[in-house]
Amino acid sequence: MAKHRKSKLDKKMDEIKRKEEAGLLGGESYNRAINKFKNNHLALLGLILFSLILLTSIFAPLISPYKPGTIDVLNRLKAPSLSHVFGTDQLGRDVFTRVLFGGRISILVGLGSALGAAFIGVLIGSYAGYKGSWIDKIFLRISEMFMSFPRMILVLMLVSILGQSLWNLIIIFILTGWGSVYRMVRSQMLSIREEEYVQALRAFGLSDFVIAYKHMLPNAIAPILVNITLSTAMFILQETSLSFLGLGVPLNIATWGNILNVAQDLNVLRENWWIWLPVGLIISIFVFSINFIGDGLRDSTDPSQQG
Amino acid sequence: MNNDNTIISVDNLKTYFYTNERCNKAVNGVSFKIKKGRTLCVVGESGCGKTTLGKTILQLVKATAGEAIYDFEGEKKDLNQLSDKEMMKARKKLQIVFQDPHSSLNPAFTIFGSLQDPLKKFGVKSKAERKKIIGDLLEDVNLRREYMNRYPHEFSGGQRQRIGIARALSVEPELIVCDEAVSALDVSIQAQVLKLLQDLKDKRNLTYLFITHDLSVVEYISDRIAVMYLGKIVELADSDDLYQDTLHPYTEALLSAIPVADLDHKSDRIILKGNVPSPIDPPSGCPFHPRCPKEFAKCSKVIPELKKYIIDGREHYAACHLLDQK
Repeated sequence: MAKHRKSKLDKKMDEIKRKEEAGLLGGESYNRAINKFKNNHLALLGLILFSLILLTSIFAPLISPYKPGTIDVLNRLKAPSLSHVFGTDQLGRDVFTRVLFGGRISILVGLGSALGAAFIGVLIGSYAGYKGSWIDKIFLRISEMFMSFPRMILVLMLVSILGQSLWNLIIIFILTGWGSVYRMVRSQMLSIREEEYVQALRAFGLSDFVIAYKHMLPNAIAPILVNITLSTAMFILQETSLSFLGLGVPLNIATWGNILNVAQDLNVLRENWWIWLPVGLIISIFVFSINFIGDGLRDSTDPSQQG
Repeated sequence: MNNDNTIISVDNLKTYFYTNERCNKAVNGVSFKIKKGRTLCVVGESGCGKTTLGKTILQLVKATAGEAIYDFEGEKKDLNQLSDKEMMKARKKLQIVFQDPHSSLNPAFTIFGSLQDPLKKFGVKSKAERKKIIGDLLEDVNLRREYMNRYPHEFSGGQRQRIGIARALSVEPELIVCDEAVSALDVSIQAQVLKLLQDLKDKRNLTYLFITHDLSVVEYISDRIAVMYLGKIVELADSDDLYQDTLHPYTEALLSAIPVADLDHKSDRIILKGNVPSPIDPPSGCPFHPRCPKEFAKCSKVIPELKKYIIDGREHYAACHLLDQK
């Protein structure tokens, strides 16, 4: 009887076998990765939240009823209501509008700096880690120089030379941030290059670039993704502290950090929760969503994990 | 010696590694020749420089001194002195199969993805053609051609090792260095892979430099055996001669360690004292003298050279002072 009734699993296996014999399976490793990502509910949730925050920030002028800088002293420190969803701050500015517009800057600074630092770190780290010898030594020393340099002093220096601006901030974050990515990628590459498949590729005389970037890098990608998600959060928060000192983004521009800073005032912290709580939550949700996406990407790019 | 048949002739090859001003003489003056279509087995304990020897010949590790003359269809060239363009040509002739089937395939790529880049480099432009070649290779090593779309973790150790062999074959080499190619496999799979290697050798007229520590494997596959100890060859002979007329005490000790599946067999095993000395700080004189059961005064003072002896009209090389005494 058991012979007649094939279980669902049997049928699935037969289907897979038939496809493989016909040469239909595989080859589409991108599809496979996408499918795996789709099956990862947390990652999907992360992606949805991330896109939601990103899109509302991008389309902030269309969504928000007020202009970000409009001061309305008569309506200062109003609790959330229908006209002001997140209430107003000490100058009577609509907090909801500021959160939307602040997202533009904060996401740009956080994600932009993290991606920029990762790009440079990976670019140099892969090659130097694979080649070793003097190239690696030189970049190791350079990265140590950048990492040991106090970020604040570098910021002060650059701000006094170039003036206070958003792009200077991103450049500084990238300059001080690439070192840690570089060191991480480098150490990964150092261990991967001893694997025999790398030796085999060398025995074929493939170029160093192909070996390092095409064949070795995919095996080092997991910690890089995690690093990007973590440093995005770090950069958003650092922008906050720099803005507080008046060294980051100019204070008249709304950023999540600028908004949150108001909570340094004990009165605001006690009485006016609507100013700092929503933006704090949104920063957390944003960082979470990036983390989930990072995890999902890591799992979906690892072929030995089945989706 | 019939020189025309020699595919590679290694002469006084040395590979030293320098660490903190100390010198690790991993390969310290090795010389041998391999004739086309034959198999030379290099045996020895771990750390004796077998693997470094193989990698040096393939130029994965740079030689410190010495020559490795390869016969490029009549044109003899030193592998250590090739220009980049000539090296490209050499890469097509010499290939390697590795020991560890788990690290010898890239886990992030399908088999096709791993194997196609070398083909691309050697001029197979169209994807369909590469697919066909890789499929054929997989069938040559007794795997199904659909397997090219699978990832390495979907294979067993023996299958992976066969894929490693297929990869080495993909550029149609003449000489393959098998670096402990079957050591990581269990005995039944070992036999399969060895048989495959033997078949491929006959079919494609390959030459093997077979590096192993397993003498039972050697017996099966080798035509000629070189015994290495601390970066030097201590005995070199055709395999039958080496098994029958063992000259060097170290080889005797190695052969006595082969287990025999016979309860009545009374083994007169030679147990060596101590461990292999460090190649960074080798003993004076004969490197084997501190462990040698037949050591005498001269051994600790003079380094013995690899000399030719004629036994029953056949050449047999060994490096031992004892033999000169007789």
